[in-house]
Amino acid sequence: MKEELFVSGRDIPFIDPVLHIWHWQIPLYLFVGGLAAGLIFFASYFYLSGKEKEYPIAVQVAPFLAPIVIVLGLIALLLDLRHPAFFWQLYTTIRLDSPMSWGAWTLGVVMPLSVLWPLTYIYEIRAYFDGKIKLAVNIIDWIIKLKNRYWVLEWVFDFSVKNRKAIAIINLVLSIVLGVYTGILLSAFNARPLWNTSLLGPLFLVSGLSTGAATIMWMAKDHHEKITFSRIDLLLIAIELFFIVHLFMGFLASTAVQQEAAALFLGGEFTAVFWGFFVMGGLVFPAILEILELIGYKIPISIPAFFILFGGALFRFIMVEAGQITRYLY
Amino acid sequence: MRYAMAMDTKKCVGCSDCVVACQTENNVPHGYCRDWIVENVDGTYPNLELELRSERCNHCDDTPCVRTCPTGASHIIEGGIVKVTHVECIGCGACIQACPYDARYFHPDGYVDKCTFCDHRVAKGQETACVAVCPTKCLYFGDLEDYNSPVSKVLRERKWKVNAPEAGTKPQVYFLI
Amino acid sequence: MKKTSRRDFIKISALGAGGLALANPVLNWVPGFLPKEKTPVDESKAKRFPTFCEVCFWKCAGFTYLNEEGKIQKIIGNENDPHSNGRFCPRGTGGVGMYYDNDRLKYPLKRVVENGKSTFKQVSWDEALDFIAQKMSQIKKDHGPESMALLYHASSGSYFKHLLNAYGSKNYAKPSYAQCLGPREAGFVATYGSGVSSPEPTDVKNTKCLVLIGNHVGENMHNGYIQEVSDAIDRGASIITVDPRFSTVASKSKFWLPIKPATDLALLLAWIHVIIYEELYDKKYVEQYTFGFDQLKAHVKNNTPEWAYTKTDIRPEDIRNSAYEMAKAAPAVIIHPGRHTTWYGDDTQRSRGIAILNALLGSYGRKGGWYFPETKKVPSYPAPAYPHPHWTWKDITKPTYKGAGTGISNDLIKATLPSATHEHKIKGWLIVGTNLLTTIPDKELTLKAIQNLELMVVVDTMPMEITGYADIVLPECTYLERYDDIRSSQHRYPNIALRMPAAEPRWESKPGWWMARELGLRLGLEDYFKWKDVEEELDWKFKQMGTSLAEMQKIGVKMFDKEKDLYLQEGEERFFNTDSGKIELYSLDFEAKGYDPMPVYTEHKQPDPDFYRLIYGRAPMHTFGRTVNNPNLTDLMDVNSLWVNPKVAKIWGIEAGQEIWLKNQDGVISSFPIKVRVTERIRHDSVYMIHGFGKMDKRLKSYGKGIDDSELITNVKIDPIMGGTGMRENFVTFVLKNPHNEEVKA
Repeated sequence: MKEELFVSGRDIPFIDPVLHIWHWQIPLYLFVGGLAAGLIFFASYFYLSGKEKEYPIAVQVAPFLAPIVIVLGLIALLLDLRHPAFFWQLYTTIRLDSPMSWGAWTLGVVMPLSVLWPLTYIYEIRAYFDGKIKLAVNIIDWIIKLKNRYWVLEWVFDFSVKNRKAIAIINLVLSIVLGVYTGILLSAFNARPLWNTSLLGPLFLVSGLSTGAATIMWMAKDHHEKITFSRIDLLLIAIELFFIVHLFMGFLASTAVQQEAAALFLGGEFTAVFWGFFVMGGLVFPAILEILELIGYKIPISIPAFFILFGGALFRFIMVEAGQITRYLY
Repeated sequence: MRYAMAMDTKKCVGCSDCVVACQTENNVPHGYCRDWIVENVDGTYPNLELELRSERCNHCDDTPCVRTCPTGASHIIEGGIVKVTHVECIGCGACIQACPYDARYFHPDGYVDKCTFCDHRVAKGQETACVAVCPTKCLYFGDLEDYNSPVSKVLRERKWKVNAPEAGTKPQVYFLI
Repeated sequence: MKKTSRRDFIKISALGAGGLALANPVLNWVPGFLPKEKTPVDESKAKRFPTFCEVCFWKCAGFTYLNEEGKIQKIIGNENDPHSNGRFCPRGTGGVGMYYDNDRLKYPLKRVVENGKSTFKQVSWDEALDFIAQKMSQIKKDHGPESMALLYHASSGSYFKHLLNAYGSKNYAKPSYAQCLGPREAGFVATYGSGVSSPEPTDVKNTKCLVLIGNHVGENMHNGYIQEVSDAIDRGASIITVDPRFSTVASKSKFWLPIKPATDLALLLAWIHVIIYEELYDKKYVEQYTFGFDQLKAHVKNNTPEWAYTKTDIRPEDIRNSAYEMAKAAPAVIIHPGRHTTWYGDDTQRSRGIAILNALLGSYGRKGGWYFPETKKVPSYPAPAYPHPHWTWKDITKPTYKGAGTGISNDLIKATLPSATHEHKIKGWLIVGTNLLTTIPDKELTLKAIQNLELMVVVDTMPMEITGYADIVLPECTYLERYDDIRSSQHRYPNIALRMPAAEPRWESKPGWWMARELGLRLGLEDYFKWKDVEEELDWKFKQMGTSLAEMQKIGVKMFDKEKDLYLQEGEERFFNTDSGKIELYSLDFEAKGYDPMPVYTEHKQPDPDFYRLIYGRAPMHTFGRTVNNPNLTDLMDVNSLWVNPKVAKIWGIEAGQEIWLKNQDGVISSFPIKVRVTERIRHDSVYMIHGFGKMDKRLKSYGKGIDDSELITNVKIDPIMGGTGMRENFVTFVLKNPHNEEVKA
């Protein structure tokens, strides 16, 4: 019989018996990061491809969510910090090796740009909510009032409208950086065998785009826009499934610690939640609903959209939780 | 200069003096530790093997903890000692996730804390607190680039291994076997 | 006076729960808005005070360092100290936790009855001491001073011993004799005319072969000893370990002999047989220094390795090969006497076997074997001669246990019972730094004796099970806050060490010397305490030895020149303090007293089906039950576990980490559960746990953590020679469901 134990010392909070230093904040942060990346990506992409009129929700309306969820993400991130009084240290240095530093700076740049974009469509957004959500309309009216009162804001507004194309180009790039970053953040940690795979970056990017597409699809009024984003989603789900299969094939062909990591999902404690709730509930089930809808069945679009968003969030929670359990020693 | 530590598994009795000496030397709060003891048992009664190891931060040559730190709080000083500047640390936990040895922890005050190879003592020519106290003298410390340092000598004379070499961090705590 | 009802257990810390709030980590958590990093102490600038450690009996000397705030920070060994060589063990290093422990005894307490219930009342020192003095005077008047007994282990016991002597009693005892090292002392006295004493004068530093019989050095952290063992490993010395458990040192041994428990004497006799019959003994040495070789040779004729195999489960070739290993190394070989040797009731005879084997190999008084230790004589401060008591512990103990060398704690306890048959009755106990209820087996008997006392005083730093039964509890400050008597220990070189305070006593705790002196003054014994304070007394003593308190406060440890040789000189004539003047392989003294003059193997009980022998031992980070509340040391280990062989665990369906209860052969069930460690390191017929856990006092942090083995030790095998209490013939079975719940339901 082999036996391994700590004689003394190691019973440290959040480290032993298994690492658990990241709780709900980081997965939430990763989820909203991916969602924001998706929203900004589609807005920029369809704007640049001249399909603003064809997909008004995607280009004009939905991006207003981006700064809101990014703020939520930043709050989550701040809550995660154990020494938050020193958070400003993030912006005293740029560390190219550190994904955390990348993330801080990316968000630092994305955040203002993500505000500028919906600001240029503020009247369209108002029109979207008009007669539907009074509170939203009031807030927008208040912003418009502010804009009219202060020349600086007026100038920013005019400047942004005039430079929409430039903003879209920058946003397109940044949204991909943001989307990939949410995956790279984890895969940079070689010490956690589950995260130690280059597939995680693309997988998170695709998953983020998919949640963005689902949100647009949910918000869309026009059938054509709904169907288009439903199709996009289907494609993204297919790619995700492809990546997931490859992820596990990669793990099983790799080192012992990565095989152990994969075992968590192949019979281990995460098997049911991963395959049952995420893969089936968050990918396959909404995909089937979307296919049914595409072939003509009447299905409220909110149902697949909700499941995709739910699946996207769950995926990040699972990956962060499970990843921390996997380790080289002990 | 390249500081390193060697630990003789053949002499260690797992008494944990290194753990408590580190605590009283470095004000490590109760419930936390910068070094610890691992016991491995292998075999079937009565054909058994027992290995005891006093482990700590490996002060690796390749430092994922320093790399992933977003503020530069984690850094390397003279001799390859990996340190954390407490007032630069935001407590994000990235370095903790990055360490394959789980050698770092959140100090109750929020910043990340870890073994410093007692750089404050080493700078004065003293041994680290754990080395100085060890009743079995199973810990060796010194400069690998100095041919005559205790650690260079013992690594030349004895067989050794390191923990989790496959993690690729080039750890600098050696275990004599 | 009604005593049976009033002397029930009072939970002490109920009175002083002030420290609890601070222990909450949530409240202690302060967000780090400001950097408030504590910097390590700079040893070259820091204030330091010499001390010697009180966490165990090894008494290593070192220095207590203060930090910049002037508070105790750390304790570091004194490099000139032969006990520590500048390196403290984990307990010594963690000794600061004794000072910082907020569960400590804080104020003098007196037992009072309130609303028909016994409780402790905080009283002034004057009230407490006056009460004790008045009671002691009463006992002297009614029964004679001899009826007052002192049971002690702490260093400050020395001043209380002086007090008791001056008062007129010589009835003092340390549990460390009859509950621990007594048998080996008696066995060595019978063989060599002098005991082993502490630290053991084994020349491990120079040995080529170290034989350990149940001695788990490294787990018992006898500092200087383990340091020398480690050096011996470096030098390539071979170690032979006899233990049913794969102890830490067994894993470092050339031979590990996984013996069937309770058969050690069979192995020893077989080794003696091999050494004699294969003529491997030191002929010159045996001829010159020993007595009774021929009788011994005839005596062990049939104790062949083949015979021993049937008893010990150790293969004959392993017995032979290990004997050859010893012979090859002789005389640089040590068959270690062990320390805790009260196992099966025939322990003096087993120790005799060890002593004899050493003699045959010629290791006693030889380099790499046993050296002749020297001790610096400490003069006594001038005082009148002690009054001559009419009777002493010898009158109680010696008629039965003729080989006893010092007072026997459990005999003094028995002499307190109304059922004691002799006329020498004990009426008052002064207990200094020992938790009688867990150190003395058969707790029920001790509790019965307690009910029959007229005075019971407990002096300690921590609330222990025993403190709950006292009339008066006197809070002693820890060793870091007090002076104590000079440490003068036997070693290669005569040496002395000073302990001095590094901090003011916390709360109202006081040093033992002060309590003893104050009681002396109140008892009209001022002639015996002519010094004003201990500094004056110590300074006088130091000056007689050619130093001074001032010098000792700087250096901490002083070594003196040797007056005797460390080893026997070639062909040296030597007188041993035995009847024959030689090393007695055949003990004339034992023969005269009616004991076996040479050790005879006796069978001991082996466990019934479903029962396992309860083996207990030490962890390097704890000293029995005295440290399990120390915050620094509980960080290292805060609970014990039960080692169970995987085969046994499988039969029972027990998993690693599962909590179970234990029931012994007498139906005693453990108060608390214990977590199982399934490990190959233990034999299938035994279970193992670390002694000292399972504290009963709810207000201690350590309450209910693990099992206290001593509550399961109800079958005590008394050594007929010296009265030791053999504790290793207890067997336990597993109780998988909480037995205490069922009781409540029923």
